[in-house]
Amino acid sequence: MADILFFIFAAVAVGGAVGVVIGRSPVASLLFMIACLASTAGIFVLLEAHFLAAVQIIVYAGAIMVLFLFVIMLLNLGHDYRRDIRGGLAMLVGFGVTGAMGGLLARQLTDGGRALATNLGPGDAIDAALLEYGAVGVIAQPLFTEYLVPFELTGILLLVAIVGAIVLSKKAS
Amino acid sequence: MLVESLVLGGLIFAIGTLGVIVRRNVIIMFLCIELQLNAVNLTFVALSRYHGIEGQLFVFFVMTVAAAEAAVGLAIIISIFRHYQTVNVNHFNLLKW
Repeated sequence: MADILFFIFAAVAVGGAVGVVIGRSPVASLLFMIACLASTAGIFVLLEAHFLAAVQIIVYAGAIMVLFLFVIMLLNLGHDYRRDIRGGLAMLVGFGVTGAMGGLLARQLTDGGRALATNLGPGDAIDAALLEYGAVGVIAQPLFTEYLVPFELTGILLLVAIVGAIVLSKKAS
Repeated sequence: MLVESLVLGGLIFAIGTLGVIVRRNVIIMFLCIELQLNAVNLTFVALSRYHGIEGQLFVFFVMTVAAAEAAVGLAIIISIFRHYQTVNVNHFNLLKW
């Protein structure tokens, strides 16, 4: 059952990713992107990362994608259907680079992943912790003890991003 | 399911790279960068199932950085659009040699 679900989610994710690249209108690309993100969230659930699946839907597919959509609407690009895919040499270079990269990644990850899966046995490193602390606690525990300084730095990063976004998008007077 | 997830992550990353290279619409190039971040997140989550919870924490940080990056990047796009009235990167040639 989980395997069938995984392959359905994987097919939707890859289809959404291809749709983002070949979509004519930015809004269509954005909707394909949301399909891709939502099915990735489904795969997160299958991999026992329940909290991250919820965050993926709420923050990524919700907030960030709505921000993109807002900018597309603000700039009035919703009905811009002209072809903007590069032709000729750039296309050749693109397919060459990504084909080689995808092939290398797939080969490397397949071998490495198989070695890892046989070395470490079935994936139960997290299941025990999940039972003990729950889906949120298992992340919150290390986040607020061991990784407290990076967490606080993330807050500063967000503050800087807010100020920067306001300064950049303000009309020069 | 680990090997399949890793290969899926690699595949989506490659598709995202292709999008950054072949598209000229700056918003779609930006979306493709988010696609790449998402593929890396998938790899982190798949490996965290075998190596402990740290992988999921990294995904948390990556999402925060992606949010900050989206905010600043879209602000830059708006301010460039105000100047050139287009989002096609071929017209952004001020720094081009």
